Amino acid sequence: MEAFIKDIGFIIGTTLMYSTPLMFTSLGAVITERSGVVNIGLEGMMFFGAFVGAAVAYYTQSPWLGFFCAALGGALLALIHAIACVSFAAEQIVSGIAMNFLGSGAALFLSRLFFDGATQTLTIPNKIPLPLAFLFGDGKLFKSAGFMDLIFNRFATVYLAFLLVAVVWFVLYKTKVGMRIQAVGEHPEAADTLGISVYRIRYGAVMMSGFFAGMGGAAMSIAVVSRFSNTLISGHGFIALAAMIFGKWKPQGAMLACLLFGGAKGLEIFLGAKGFPVPSSLLAMLPYILTIVVLVGIVGKTTPPAAIGKIFDKSGK
Amino acid sequence: MKLDKEALRIKFLQGSWGILLISNLLGFLIGAVILLLAGFNPLEAYWVILKGIFSRPKYVSYVIIYATPLIITGLSVAFALRTGLFNIGAEGQYIVGAIMAAAAGYFFQLPLILHVPLAIGLAIIAGAIWGGLAGYIKARFGVHEVISTIMLNWIALYLSNFVITLKAFAAQGTGKTFPIQATARINLLSEWRITEAGIEFIRSHKVLGDILKTPINAGFIFAILLAILVWYVLNKTTLGYELRAVGFNPHAAEAGGINVKKSMVTSMLFAGGLAGAAGAFQVLGVSHRIAKLATMEGYGFDGIAVSLIGNNTGAGSVFAGLLFGALKYGGSKIQDAMQAPTEVINIMIGTIILFVAMPKLIRLILTLLERRAKN
Repeated sequence: MEAFIKDIGFIIGTTLMYSTPLMFTSLGAVITERSGVVNIGLEGMMFFGAFVGAAVAYYTQSPWLGFFCAALGGALLALIHAIACVSFAAEQIVSGIAMNFLGSGAALFLSRLFFDGATQTLTIPNKIPLPLAFLFGDGKLFKSAGFMDLIFNRFATVYLAFLLVAVVWFVLYKTKVGMRIQAVGEHPEAADTLGISVYRIRYGAVMMSGFFAGMGGAAMSIAVVSRFSNTLISGHGFIALAAMIFGKWKPQGAMLACLLFGGAKGLEIFLGAKGFPVPSSLLAMLPYILTIVVLVGIVGKTTPPAAIGKIFDKSGK
Repeated sequence: MKLDKEALRIKFLQGSWGILLISNLLGFLIGAVILLLAGFNPLEAYWVILKGIFSRPKYVSYVIIYATPLIITGLSVAFALRTGLFNIGAEGQYIVGAIMAAAAGYFFQLPLILHVPLAIGLAIIAGAIWGGLAGYIKARFGVHEVISTIMLNWIALYLSNFVITLKAFAAQGTGKTFPIQATARINLLSEWRITEAGIEFIRSHKVLGDILKTPINAGFIFAILLAILVWYVLNKTTLGYELRAVGFNPHAAEAGGINVKKSMVTSMLFAGGLAGAAGAFQVLGVSHRIAKLATMEGYGFDGIAVSLIGNNTGAGSVFAGLLFGALKYGGSKIQDAMQAPTEVINIMIGTIILFVAMPKLIRLILTLLERRAKN
């Protein structure tokens, strides 16, 4: 019985760990799409953030500085996307594809320059800390490697991700800025007549999405693992994007969808570790099949922001 | 007369092919600036790349081998895009095509004349189903093809990793399937190459011998044929006209009596079949088996770039695929030659696509230059 409870704890714990990089990025996707700009370049921004985070954390020995710089790196890439999409009426999906080439290209280019020609960084000296570590261990509140330890003794980025879900929810639904973002995403012309600067809101939202994706990448490279490598981010940005749609363009929905994808990963790792006869690749397939099934089921009940992907031109052309 | 020429020149540069040309130039320019900032001589780097592409017949052969799958996935993306659909799923369609080709190539015992077409045909069907599925759920349920194809890519990847664990298909623990039968291979002269006469020929013929050292195969010929097919279907048939009409304006097409939903499915079936064929040629001509995929190989994603750089046309995809293949192959050489990161190629490709996405910016730059030239 105790072993079973521990197994459950292990699965929940790994789920949390693998969900959070997706969650950051997915929140970013919610923000940009609600403002009416598609960003399928999040994959590249995550990739770039993962590199910047690990590189800065390696050279400065500070994981938090790495984490922050990763976010800035993602935002910088997003700025290019914003310039293209908001100011120069670019086809948003095409620009997003360009971001993916630029993000991965820039990350690997810099990696080779700063890490002796390698497409991976060296192991960082300090990972993101475990903020609740003081609660677990001999003679502490909970014993180590127990149920509570497995679930709650997690990296600070895990807690930060959940906190940010609440923050994004609050900002989007309860503040003036959030209302403006929604207005711009639903009806930019009307928002414009009310004196809202569509361009400024969209620039901000797109850059925030890059900022979040950068954090997502770093949550992978300096918390889940302790270095960046060229296969570390392989499709996570796309999954985060799908999670956002699965979650009906809502922060709380995106969170749940990310937990589903992370949960499948947790289960896959658990069954692999236990040597269960279920083929892990079939299991790994499940969340993707489920996403399609659910999307087929829920469409009609949910709609994306009305002005999504449409170019807004103030001069009315 | 001079004025007409001038007008013609402006018209060309402002048109889509002109914008592509300028985007390419800007991509190479920005690649050079980045190399310069990183402390490398860009002219030297570009010279190394050029030599790496053209200086030996073997290199040219490798460029063609690199380009073959990219041309075809490019055609796949281009075909769907002309109907207004974004086929991010070429990657997954390529994978299921490769699985099918590897299976048909290994399990069947047939003469070459039947074996190759069967393997290719089954791969095309698998890819078409994979693509058509995305088209169907878009038409029937309104699920955006970008999301469904991203999901289908991952399902295909895990499916591929699953089949290589099957005992009948792969030696346990090797992470790769048994090689396909000799009768399913599309390599040129592969049998003869290892005979005494073949070895002697390779040693004595400088050009052809050098080319025969590479896994040269018929895939490129098929790629050209497929490009012609795509051009023909899109431009010379009623079906192609209807598909393009949907891409141009679905509402007008609907009003004009075209079944928009059916067009979506047809377009994705076609696109999927093309990407499946790309997977087949890679298995039958180069790898001869499939292996465990730790991550996406990127043939489908690179195909998106090829399509966009090729102006979403058949001929354009061939040129862009060759350009991409050449840059990928030639670009890998600057690493050894001068320790310059080969990923500058990805940055260049990304830059080209970015400018392709912004014709407005390029027209603005052109107008400014024009004005400056006049003053």
